[in-house]
Amino acid sequence: MEKKLICINCPIGCHLTAERSNDSDAWSVTGNRCPRGELYARNELTDPRRVVTATVRCNSELMPRLPVRSSEPLPKRYIDALLNRLYDMEVKIPVKRGEVLIANVENTGIDVIFSCDCGK
Amino acid sequence: MIHDFSYDIAVIGAGAAGLAAAAETAKSPFRTVVIDREDQLGGILRQCIHNGFGLRYFKEELTGPEYADRVAALAAKPNVEFKTGTAVTEIKRLPDNGFELLAFSAAEGVSRIRARALFLGMGCRERNRGNLAIPGSRPAGIFTAGAAQKLLNIEGMLPGKSAVIVGSGDIGLIMARRLRWSGVEVKAVVEIMPHPSGLTRNVVQCLNDFGIPLYLEHSVVNIAGRERVQYVEVAPLDNGIPQLDRQFRIECDTVLFSVGLIPENELSRQLGVELNPATGGAIVDANLQTSVPGVFAGGNVLHVHDLVDFVSEEAADAGRSIVHYLDGTLNSQANPVTVSANLKYVVPNKFNTGEKGTYSFRPLIVSDAATLEAELNGRLVWKRKFTYVKPAEMLKVELPAEILNESGTLVFRLQEEA
Repeated sequence: MEKKLICINCPIGCHLTAERSNDSDAWSVTGNRCPRGELYARNELTDPRRVVTATVRCNSELMPRLPVRSSEPLPKRYIDALLNRLYDMEVKIPVKRGEVLIANVENTGIDVIFSCDCGK
Repeated sequence: MIHDFSYDIAVIGAGAAGLAAAAETAKSPFRTVVIDREDQLGGILRQCIHNGFGLRYFKEELTGPEYADRVAALAAKPNVEFKTGTAVTEIKRLPDNGFELLAFSAAEGVSRIRARALFLGMGCRERNRGNLAIPGSRPAGIFTAGAAQKLLNIEGMLPGKSAVIVGSGDIGLIMARRLRWSGVEVKAVVEIMPHPSGLTRNVVQCLNDFGIPLYLEHSVVNIAGRERVQYVEVAPLDNGIPQLDRQFRIECDTVLFSVGLIPENELSRQLGVELNPATGGAIVDANLQTSVPGVFAGGNVLHVHDLVDFVSEEAADAGRSIVHYLDGTLNSQANPVTVSANLKYVVPNKFNTGEKGTYSFRPLIVSDAATLEAELNGRLVWKRKFTYVKPAEMLKVELPAEILNESGTLVFRLQEEA
Protein backbone atom coordinates (compact mmCIF):
# COMPACT_ATOMS: atom_id res chain seq x y z
CA MET A 1 0.00 0.00 0.00
CA GLU A 2 1.39 3.40 -0.99
CA LYS A 3 0.36 6.95 0.03
CA LYS A 4 1.57 10.29 -1.34
CA LEU A 5 1.83 13.23 1.05
CA ILE A 6 3.26 16.73 1.13
CA CYS A 7 5.17 17.56 4.27
CA ILE A 8 3.97 20.71 6.05
CA ASN A 9 6.84 21.10 8.52
CA CYS A 10 8.68 23.75 6.55
CA PRO A 11 8.25 25.78 3.36
CA ILE A 12 10.21 23.29 1.23
CA GLY A 13 7.13 21.05 1.25
CA CYS A 14 8.83 17.70 0.49
CA HIS A 15 6.79 15.28 -1.61
CA LEU A 16 6.67 12.16 0.55
CA THR A 17 5.86 8.59 -0.35
CA ALA A 18 4.83 6.27 2.49
CA GLU A 19 4.68 2.52 1.87
CA ARG A 20 3.69 -0.45 3.97
CA SER A 21 3.12 -4.10 3.26
CA ASN A 22 -0.32 -5.55 4.04
CA ASP A 23 0.90 -7.60 6.99
CA SER A 24 2.71 -4.71 8.70
CA ASP A 25 1.73 -1.59 10.63
CA ALA A 26 5.01 0.19 9.95
CA TRP A 27 5.13 2.80 7.21
CA SER A 28 8.44 3.36 5.45
CA VAL A 29 8.83 6.91 4.23
CA THR A 30 10.87 8.27 1.31
CA GLY A 31 11.21 11.70 -0.29
CA ASN A 32 11.85 13.51 3.00
CA ARG A 33 14.95 15.68 3.33
CA CYS A 34 14.98 15.64 7.13
CA PRO A 35 13.78 13.39 9.98
CA ARG A 36 10.75 15.55 10.69
CA GLY A 37 9.28 14.54 7.33
CA GLU A 38 9.32 10.88 8.31
CA LEU A 39 7.58 11.61 11.62
CA TYR A 40 5.06 13.84 9.86
CA ALA A 41 4.13 11.08 7.39
CA ARG A 42 3.71 8.45 10.14
CA ASN A 43 1.54 10.78 12.24
CA GLU A 44 -0.46 11.95 9.24
CA LEU A 45 -1.41 8.37 8.33
CA THR A 46 -2.21 7.20 11.83
CA ASP A 47 -3.02 10.23 14.01
CA PRO A 48 -2.84 13.55 12.08
CA ARG A 49 -1.76 16.56 14.11
CA ARG A 50 -1.60 20.32 13.68
CA VAL A 51 -0.19 23.21 15.66
CA VAL A 52 -3.23 25.19 16.86
CA THR A 53 -3.00 28.99 16.94
CA ALA A 54 -5.76 31.32 18.11
CA THR A 55 -6.37 34.41 20.21
CA VAL A 56 -8.01 34.81 23.61
CA ARG A 57 -9.83 37.76 25.17
CA CYS A 58 -7.95 39.62 27.88
CA ASN A 59 -8.21 42.69 30.11
CA SER A 60 -5.25 44.56 28.56
CA GLU A 61 -5.69 48.22 27.59
CA LEU A 62 -3.34 47.82 24.63
CA MET A 63 -4.21 44.42 23.21
CA PRO A 64 -7.86 43.33 22.98
CA ARG A 65 -6.75 39.77 22.14
CA LEU A 66 -3.62 37.82 23.00
CA PRO A 67 -2.13 35.26 20.60
CA VAL A 68 -1.76 31.70 21.88
CA ARG A 69 -0.50 28.42 20.40
CA SER A 70 -0.25 24.75 21.21
CA SER A 71 3.23 23.84 22.38
CA GLU A 72 3.31 20.92 19.91
CA PRO A 73 1.12 19.69 17.05
CA LEU A 74 -2.17 18.53 18.61
CA PRO A 75 -4.17 15.51 17.33
CA LYS A 76 -6.78 16.95 14.98
CA ARG A 77 -9.71 15.36 16.81
CA TYR A 78 -9.12 17.65 19.82
CA ILE A 79 -8.82 20.91 17.88
CA ASP A 80 -12.45 22.06 17.65
CA ALA A 81 -13.15 21.50 21.35
CA LEU A 82 -9.94 23.30 22.30
CA LEU A 83 -10.82 26.30 20.12
CA ASN A 84 -14.27 26.57 21.72
CA ARG A 85 -12.68 26.44 25.14
CA LEU A 86 -10.21 29.20 24.21
CA TYR A 87 -12.93 31.43 22.78
CA ASP A 88 -14.88 31.18 26.06
CA MET A 89 -11.93 32.34 28.18
CA GLU A 90 -10.90 35.77 29.35
CA VAL A 91 -7.37 35.96 30.69
CA LYS A 92 -5.90 38.36 33.22
CA ILE A 93 -2.64 40.12 32.38
CA PRO A 94 0.26 40.27 32.95
CA VAL A 95 1.31 37.25 30.94
CA LYS A 96 4.71 36.19 29.60
CA ARG A 97 5.60 34.65 26.26
CA GLY A 98 5.79 30.87 26.78
CA GLU A 99 3.62 30.95 29.92
CA VAL A 100 1.12 28.07 30.07
CA LEU A 101 -2.55 28.99 29.63
CA ILE A 102 -3.96 25.44 29.51
CA ALA A 103 -1.80 22.56 30.69
CA ASN A 104 -1.92 19.04 29.29
CA VAL A 105 -4.78 19.34 26.78
CA GLU A 106 -6.85 16.11 26.81
CA ASN A 107 -3.98 14.33 28.58
CA THR A 108 -1.78 14.64 25.50
CA GLY A 109 1.06 16.31 27.41
CA ILE A 110 0.61 19.29 25.06
CA ASP A 111 0.03 22.75 26.56
CA VAL A 112 -1.48 25.96 25.22
CA ILE A 113 1.02 28.78 25.72
CA PHE A 114 1.05 32.54 25.13
CA SER A 115 2.89 33.73 21.99
CA CYS A 116 3.79 37.17 23.38
CA ASP A 117 4.28 39.19 26.54
CA CYS A 118 1.56 41.54 27.71
CA GLY A 119 2.11 43.78 30.73
CA LYS A 120 -0.59 46.42 30.59
CA MET B 1 8.73 73.28 18.40
CA ILE B 2 10.73 70.89 16.29
CA HIS B 3 12.99 68.46 18.10
CA ASP B 4 16.37 67.69 16.54
CA PHE B 5 18.05 64.31 16.80
CA SER B 6 21.23 62.98 15.31
CA TYR B 7 22.41 59.40 14.81
CA ASP B 8 24.85 57.51 12.64
CA ILE B 9 22.21 55.18 11.19
CA ALA B 10 18.45 55.54 10.77
CA VAL B 11 16.41 52.37 10.18
CA ILE B 12 12.94 53.03 8.79
CA GLY B 13 10.53 50.27 9.78
CA ALA B 14 10.76 47.99 12.83
CA GLY B 15 9.60 44.78 11.18
CA ALA B 16 11.51 41.59 10.44
CA ALA B 17 13.86 43.57 8.17
CA GLY B 18 14.54 46.72 10.19
CA LEU B 19 15.07 44.83 13.44
CA ALA B 20 17.48 42.35 11.81
CA ALA B 21 19.44 45.21 10.21
CA ALA B 22 19.60 47.04 13.57
CA ALA B 23 20.75 43.84 15.29
CA GLU B 24 23.83 43.96 13.01
CA THR B 25 24.54 47.69 13.25
CA ALA B 26 24.22 47.29 17.04
CA LYS B 27 27.43 45.25 16.97
CA SER B 28 29.38 48.32 15.79
CA PRO B 29 30.17 51.45 17.82
CA PHE B 30 27.71 53.44 15.65
CA ARG B 31 24.44 54.75 17.06
CA THR B 32 21.24 53.52 15.39
CA VAL B 33 17.67 54.76 15.60
CA VAL B 34 14.82 52.45 14.55
CA ILE B 35 11.64 54.29 13.59
CA ASP B 36 8.18 52.74 13.15
CA ARG B 37 4.71 54.21 12.85
CA GLU B 38 3.15 51.40 14.92
CA ASP B 39 3.29 51.43 18.73
CA GLN B 40 4.82 47.97 18.95
CA LEU B 41 7.90 46.49 17.35
CA GLY B 42 7.59 43.63 14.89
CA GLY B 43 5.63 45.05 11.96
CA ILE B 44 3.25 42.66 10.23
CA LEU B 45 4.56 39.71 12.31
CA ARG B 46 2.35 40.90 15.20
CA GLN B 47 -0.81 39.93 13.35
CA CYS B 48 0.60 36.69 11.88
CA ILE B 49 -0.33 34.56 14.89
CA HIS B 50 0.16 31.28 13.00
CA ASN B 51 3.28 29.13 13.21
CA GLY B 52 5.80 28.47 10.47
CA PHE B 53 8.32 31.27 11.02
CA GLY B 54 11.93 31.09 12.13
CA LEU B 55 12.98 27.56 11.12
CA ARG B 56 15.91 28.97 9.20
CA TYR B 57 16.82 32.16 11.11
CA PHE B 58 16.27 30.89 14.65
CA LYS B 59 16.40 27.10 13.98
CA GLU B 60 13.06 26.83 15.75
CA GLU B 61 9.45 26.96 14.61
CA LEU B 62 7.79 30.14 15.89
CA THR B 63 4.58 32.12 15.50
CA GLY B 64 4.77 35.68 14.15
CA PRO B 65 4.63 37.40 17.56
CA GLU B 66 7.30 35.05 18.88
CA TYR B 67 9.56 35.76 15.91
CA ALA B 68 8.99 39.51 16.39
CA ASP B 69 10.02 39.29 20.05
CA ARG B 70 13.12 37.26 19.22
CA VAL B 71 14.37 39.60 16.49
CA ALA B 72 13.52 42.68 18.61
CA ALA B 73 15.59 41.26 21.47
CA LEU B 74 18.59 40.93 19.11
CA ALA B 75 18.33 44.63 18.28
CA ALA B 76 17.77 45.87 21.85
CA LYS B 77 21.29 47.11 22.63
CA PRO B 78 22.49 50.30 24.36
CA ASN B 79 23.50 51.96 21.08
CA VAL B 80 20.09 51.34 19.46
CA GLU B 81 17.18 53.66 20.17
CA PHE B 82 13.56 52.89 19.19
CA LYS B 83 11.06 55.53 18.16
CA THR B 84 7.69 53.78 17.89
CA GLY B 85 4.41 55.51 17.09
CA THR B 86 6.49 57.71 14.81
CA ALA B 87 5.75 58.22 11.13
CA VAL B 88 8.47 59.38 8.74
CA THR B 89 6.88 61.58 6.08
CA GLU B 90 9.85 63.18 4.34
CA ILE B 91 13.46 62.30 3.65
CA LYS B 92 16.06 64.44 1.97
CA ARG B 93 19.74 64.14 1.25
CA LEU B 94 21.92 66.87 2.71
CA PRO B 95 24.87 68.57 0.95
CA ASP B 96 27.29 66.70 3.27
CA ASN B 97 25.84 63.38 1.93
CA GLY B 98 23.98 62.73 5.17
CA PHE B 99 20.19 62.53 5.43
CA GLU B 100 17.43 64.41 7.20
CA LEU B 101 14.10 62.77 8.09
CA LEU B 102 10.96 64.59 9.10
CA ALA B 103 8.94 62.49 11.56
CA PHE B 104 5.77 62.89 13.60
CA SER B 105 4.72 61.24 16.83
CA ALA B 106 2.21 61.85 19.62
CA ALA B 107 5.04 61.71 22.17
CA GLU B 108 7.54 64.08 20.57
CA GLY B 109 5.52 66.06 18.04
CA VAL B 110 7.58 66.95 14.99
CA SER B 111 11.15 65.65 14.88
CA ARG B 112 14.00 66.34 12.52
CA ILE B 113 16.25 63.27 12.53
CA ARG B 114 19.70 63.34 10.98
CA ALA B 115 21.66 60.24 10.05
CA ARG B 116 24.78 59.45 8.01
CA ALA B 117 23.32 56.25 6.54
CA LEU B 118 19.82 54.85 6.02
CA PHE B 119 18.27 51.41 6.00
CA LEU B 120 14.97 51.22 4.13
CA GLY B 121 12.79 48.57 5.81
CA MET B 122 9.27 49.76 5.02
CA GLY B 123 8.06 46.37 3.80
CA CYS B 124 5.23 46.10 1.31
CA ARG B 125 1.53 46.72 0.96
CA GLU B 126 -1.28 44.58 -0.39
CA ARG B 127 -2.74 44.86 -3.85
CA ASN B 128 -6.49 45.41 -3.60
CA ARG B 129 -9.70 45.24 -5.58
CA GLY B 130 -8.88 48.51 -7.33
CA ASN B 131 -5.67 47.00 -8.72
CA LEU B 132 -7.67 44.18 -10.32
CA ALA B 133 -10.61 46.26 -11.56
CA ILE B 134 -13.19 43.59 -10.65
CA PRO B 135 -16.66 44.72 -11.75
CA GLY B 136 -19.67 44.94 -9.48
CA SER B 137 -21.11 47.15 -6.78
CA ARG B 138 -19.33 48.56 -3.74
CA PRO B 139 -20.99 47.02 -0.69
CA ALA B 140 -19.47 46.51 2.76
CA GLY B 141 -17.63 43.23 3.35
CA ILE B 142 -14.69 43.57 0.94
CA PHE B 143 -11.25 43.43 2.56
CA THR B 144 -7.67 42.67 1.70
CA ALA B 145 -6.63 39.45 3.46
CA GLY B 146 -4.15 41.34 5.62
CA ALA B 147 -6.74 43.90 6.72
CA ALA B 148 -9.09 41.06 7.70
CA GLN B 149 -6.19 39.40 9.52
CA LYS B 150 -5.58 42.54 11.57
CA LEU B 151 -9.29 42.89 12.33
CA LEU B 152 -9.51 39.29 13.53
CA ASN B 153 -6.17 38.72 15.23
CA ILE B 154 -5.42 42.14 16.72
CA GLU B 155 -8.87 43.67 17.23
CA GLY B 156 -10.74 40.41 17.84
CA MET B 157 -13.53 41.10 15.35
CA LEU B 158 -14.90 38.76 12.67
CA PRO B 159 -15.01 40.27 9.18
CA GLY B 160 -18.20 38.35 8.30
CA LYS B 161 -19.99 35.00 8.37
CA SER B 162 -19.22 33.43 5.01
CA ALA B 163 -16.31 34.33 2.79
CA VAL B 164 -14.88 33.88 -0.69
CA ILE B 165 -11.15 34.46 -1.00
CA VAL B 166 -9.86 35.94 -4.26
CA GLY B 167 -6.29 34.86 -5.01
CA SER B 168 -4.34 32.01 -3.45
CA GLY B 169 -1.48 33.97 -1.90
CA ASP B 170 -0.18 32.79 1.46
CA ILE B 171 -2.04 35.41 3.48
CA GLY B 172 -5.32 34.34 1.87
CA LEU B 173 -4.63 30.65 2.53
CA ILE B 174 -3.68 31.33 6.16
CA MET B 175 -6.82 33.43 6.54
CA ALA B 176 -8.96 30.60 5.12
CA ARG B 177 -7.91 28.38 8.03
CA ARG B 178 -8.10 31.19 10.57
CA LEU B 179 -11.65 32.03 9.46
CA ARG B 180 -12.69 28.37 9.63
CA TRP B 181 -11.19 28.05 13.09
CA SER B 182 -13.15 31.18 14.07
CA GLY B 183 -16.50 29.79 12.93
CA VAL B 184 -16.65 31.56 9.55
CA GLU B 185 -17.64 29.51 6.53
CA VAL B 186 -15.09 29.71 3.69
CA LYS B 187 -16.91 28.95 0.45
CA ALA B 188 -14.01 28.97 -2.01
CA VAL B 189 -10.62 30.27 -3.02
CA VAL B 190 -10.52 31.57 -6.60
CA GLU B 191 -7.18 31.76 -8.44
CA ILE B 192 -6.63 32.94 -12.01
CA MET B 193 -3.36 31.01 -12.46
CA PRO B 194 -3.25 27.26 -13.18
CA HIS B 195 -1.28 26.76 -9.93
CA PRO B 196 -1.64 28.13 -6.39
CA SER B 197 0.39 31.27 -5.67
CA GLY B 198 0.99 30.36 -2.01
CA LEU B 199 3.27 27.71 -0.52
CA THR B 200 2.22 24.07 -1.03
CA ARG B 201 2.22 23.46 2.73
CA ASN B 202 -0.42 26.15 3.11
CA VAL B 203 -2.65 24.58 0.44
CA VAL B 204 -2.40 21.31 2.38
CA GLN B 205 -2.97 22.58 5.90
CA CYS B 206 -5.28 25.55 5.22
CA LEU B 207 -7.49 24.32 2.36
CA ASN B 208 -7.26 20.53 2.02
CA ASP B 209 -7.63 20.01 5.79
CA PHE B 210 -11.03 21.70 5.65
CA GLY B 211 -12.19 20.61 2.20
CA ILE B 212 -12.25 24.23 0.98
CA PRO B 213 -12.54 24.23 -2.84
CA LEU B 214 -9.72 25.87 -4.79
CA TYR B 215 -10.83 27.05 -8.25
CA LEU B 216 -7.70 27.32 -10.40
CA GLU B 217 -7.90 29.22 -13.70
CA HIS B 218 -11.07 30.94 -12.52
CA SER B 219 -11.82 34.61 -12.05
CA VAL B 220 -14.35 36.60 -10.03
CA VAL B 221 -16.30 38.52 -12.67
CA ASN B 222 -18.81 40.27 -10.42
CA ILE B 223 -19.24 41.26 -6.78
CA ALA B 224 -22.92 41.85 -5.98
CA GLY B 225 -24.77 43.36 -3.02
CA ARG B 226 -26.28 46.69 -1.95
CA GLU B 227 -25.44 47.32 1.72
CA ARG B 228 -23.40 44.16 2.21
CA VAL B 229 -21.86 41.63 -0.18
CA GLN B 230 -24.53 39.05 -1.19
CA TYR B 231 -22.71 36.91 -3.70
CA VAL B 232 -19.86 36.78 -6.21
CA GLU B 233 -19.93 35.40 -9.72
CA VAL B 234 -17.04 33.22 -10.84
CA ALA B 235 -16.12 32.15 -14.37
CA PRO B 236 -13.54 29.69 -15.71
CA LEU B 237 -10.75 31.19 -17.80
CA ASP B 238 -9.81 30.04 -21.27
CA ASN B 239 -6.48 31.54 -22.33
CA GLY B 240 -7.05 34.25 -19.74
CA ILE B 241 -10.54 35.13 -21.00
CA PRO B 242 -13.49 34.59 -18.62
CA GLN B 243 -16.05 32.14 -20.09
CA LEU B 244 -19.20 33.97 -19.03
CA ASP B 245 -21.51 31.25 -20.41
CA ARG B 246 -20.09 28.92 -17.75
CA GLN B 247 -20.12 31.39 -14.83
CA PHE B 248 -21.62 30.42 -11.50
CA ARG B 249 -22.69 32.19 -8.33
CA ILE B 250 -21.31 31.76 -4.80
CA GLU B 251 -23.35 33.27 -1.95
CA CYS B 252 -21.21 35.02 0.69
CA ASP B 253 -21.17 38.18 2.78
CA THR B 254 -17.40 38.71 2.72
CA VAL B 255 -14.73 38.85 -0.01
CA LEU B 256 -11.03 38.79 0.84
CA PHE B 257 -8.32 39.71 -1.64
CA SER B 258 -4.98 37.93 -1.49
CA VAL B 259 -3.60 38.99 -4.82
CA GLY B 260 -0.03 39.99 -4.27
CA LEU B 261 2.12 42.53 -2.52
CA ILE B 262 3.86 45.68 -3.71
CA PRO B 263 7.08 47.01 -2.12
CA GLU B 264 6.38 50.27 -0.29
CA ASN B 265 8.80 52.79 -1.79
CA GLU B 266 7.16 56.21 -1.38
CA LEU B 267 10.05 57.43 0.78
CA SER B 268 12.66 55.84 -1.50
CA ARG B 269 11.25 57.83 -4.44
CA GLN B 270 11.67 61.08 -2.50
CA LEU B 271 15.37 60.30 -2.23
CA GLY B 272 15.63 59.58 -5.94
CA VAL B 273 16.45 55.90 -5.36
CA GLU B 274 16.39 54.07 -8.70
CA LEU B 275 13.70 51.34 -8.74
CA ASN B 276 13.53 48.04 -10.64
CA PRO B 277 10.20 47.61 -12.48
CA ALA B 278 10.48 43.80 -12.18
CA THR B 279 10.52 43.86 -8.36
CA GLY B 280 8.97 47.23 -7.47
CA GLY B 281 11.95 47.69 -5.14
CA ALA B 282 15.26 49.48 -5.39
CA ILE B 283 18.08 48.46 -7.71
CA VAL B 284 20.87 47.38 -5.35
CA ASP B 285 24.43 46.13 -5.60
CA ALA B 286 25.81 43.06 -3.85
CA ASN B 287 26.14 45.15 -0.67
CA LEU B 288 22.40 45.96 -0.86
CA GLN B 289 23.27 49.61 -1.41
CA THR B 290 20.82 51.51 -3.62
CA SER B 291 21.69 54.00 -6.36
CA VAL B 292 21.93 56.69 -3.64
CA PRO B 293 25.20 56.24 -1.69
CA GLY B 294 24.54 55.58 2.00
CA VAL B 295 21.01 54.26 1.40
CA PHE B 296 20.57 50.49 1.83
CA ALA B 297 17.47 48.30 1.52
CA GLY B 298 16.40 44.80 2.48
CA GLY B 299 13.32 42.65 3.00
CA ASN B 300 9.96 43.18 1.33
CA VAL B 301 10.70 46.82 0.46
CA LEU B 302 13.34 45.43 -1.90
CA HIS B 303 11.42 42.47 -3.33
CA VAL B 304 8.54 40.44 -1.93
CA HIS B 305 9.76 37.37 -0.06
CA ASP B 306 7.72 34.28 0.80
CA LEU B 307 9.67 33.60 4.02
CA VAL B 308 10.33 36.04 6.83
CA ASP B 309 13.59 34.22 7.52
CA PHE B 310 14.92 35.37 4.13
CA VAL B 311 13.76 38.91 4.93
CA SER B 312 15.83 38.98 8.10
CA GLU B 313 18.86 37.34 6.44
CA GLU B 314 18.88 39.91 3.66
CA ALA B 315 18.38 42.83 6.05
CA ALA B 316 21.17 41.57 8.31
CA ASP B 317 23.49 41.53 5.26
CA ALA B 318 22.49 45.14 4.58
CA GLY B 319 23.14 46.03 8.23
CA ARG B 320 26.70 44.69 7.95
CA SER B 321 27.21 46.66 4.72
CA ILE B 322 26.09 49.87 6.44
CA VAL B 323 28.77 49.39 9.09
CA HIS B 324 31.40 48.93 6.35
CA TYR B 325 30.07 52.02 4.56
CA LEU B 326 30.51 54.16 7.68
CA ASP B 327 33.93 52.58 8.33
CA GLY B 328 34.96 53.51 4.80
CA THR B 329 35.67 49.85 3.96
CA LEU B 330 32.77 49.17 1.60
CA ASN B 331 33.77 48.03 -1.87
CA SER B 332 31.46 49.85 -4.26
CA GLN B 333 32.74 48.51 -7.57
CA ALA B 334 29.73 47.18 -9.42
CA ASN B 335 29.19 45.00 -12.49
CA PRO B 336 25.70 44.36 -13.90
CA VAL B 337 23.67 41.24 -13.02
CA THR B 338 20.66 40.34 -15.14
CA VAL B 339 18.33 37.42 -15.89
CA SER B 340 17.30 35.77 -19.12
CA ALA B 341 15.17 32.63 -19.59
CA ASN B 342 12.42 31.70 -17.11
CA LEU B 343 13.35 34.11 -14.31
CA LYS B 344 11.27 37.16 -13.43
CA TYR B 345 14.06 38.97 -11.61
CA VAL B 346 17.32 38.71 -9.71
CA VAL B 347 18.36 40.67 -6.60
CA PRO B 348 20.97 42.19 -6.34
CA ASN B 349 21.54 43.77 -9.76
CA LYS B 350 25.27 44.44 -9.41
CA PHE B 351 28.19 42.30 -8.25
CA ASN B 352 31.63 43.04 -6.93
CA THR B 353 34.56 41.24 -8.53
CA GLY B 354 36.22 38.75 -6.21
CA GLU B 355 33.46 38.85 -3.57
CA LYS B 356 30.97 36.08 -2.85
CA GLY B 357 27.36 37.05 -3.48
CA THR B 358 23.87 35.99 -2.39
CA TYR B 359 21.30 36.06 -5.19
CA SER B 360 17.51 35.74 -4.97
CA PHE B 361 15.27 34.85 -7.90
CA ARG B 362 11.60 34.52 -8.73
CA PRO B 363 11.03 31.71 -11.28
CA LEU B 364 8.45 32.13 -14.04
CA ILE B 365 7.90 28.40 -14.55
CA VAL B 366 6.65 25.34 -12.68
CA SER B 367 9.03 22.42 -13.07
CA ASP B 368 10.25 19.41 -11.14
CA ALA B 369 13.65 19.40 -12.80
CA ALA B 370 15.35 22.68 -13.61
CA THR B 371 18.91 23.99 -13.62
CA LEU B 372 19.90 27.49 -12.58
CA GLU B 373 22.92 28.62 -14.59
CA ALA B 374 25.22 31.64 -14.29
CA GLU B 375 27.17 33.03 -17.23
CA LEU B 376 29.95 35.57 -16.76
CA ASN B 377 30.80 37.36 -20.01
CA GLY B 378 29.08 34.57 -21.95
CA ARG B 379 31.01 31.76 -20.22
CA LEU B 380 29.11 29.25 -18.02
CA VAL B 381 30.70 29.60 -14.57
CA TRP B 382 28.20 28.01 -12.18
CA LYS B 383 25.07 25.86 -12.13
CA ARG B 384 22.76 24.13 -9.68
CA LYS B 385 19.87 21.69 -10.11
CA PHE B 386 16.52 22.26 -8.43
CA THR B 387 13.63 19.88 -7.92
CA TYR B 388 10.26 21.68 -7.79
CA VAL B 389 10.69 25.25 -8.91
CA LYS B 390 7.57 27.43 -9.05
CA PRO B 391 6.71 31.12 -9.07
CA ALA B 392 5.36 30.88 -5.50
CA GLU B 393 8.74 29.94 -4.11
CA MET B 394 11.76 32.23 -4.27
CA LEU B 395 15.13 30.70 -5.09
CA LYS B 396 18.14 31.87 -3.09
CA VAL B 397 21.73 30.82 -3.81
CA GLU B 398 25.24 31.85 -2.85
CA LEU B 399 27.96 32.15 -5.47
CA PRO B 400 31.52 31.60 -4.24
CA ALA B 401 34.02 34.45 -4.53
CA GLU B 402 36.41 32.58 -6.83
CA ILE B 403 34.02 32.28 -9.77
CA LEU B 404 33.31 36.03 -9.90
CA ASN B 405 36.95 36.66 -10.73
CA GLU B 406 36.61 39.13 -13.57
CA SER B 407 34.61 42.23 -14.38
CA GLY B 408 31.72 42.03 -16.81
CA THR B 409 28.10 41.00 -17.01
CA LEU B 410 26.66 38.15 -14.95
CA VAL B 411 23.54 36.57 -16.46
CA PHE B 412 21.34 33.97 -14.73
CA ARG B 413 18.89 31.68 -16.49
CA LEU B 414 16.69 28.78 -15.49
CA GLN B 415 16.75 25.83 -17.87
CA GLU B 416 13.99 23.28 -17.75
CA GLU B 417 15.23 19.74 -18.26
CA ALA B 418 13.56 17.75 -20.98
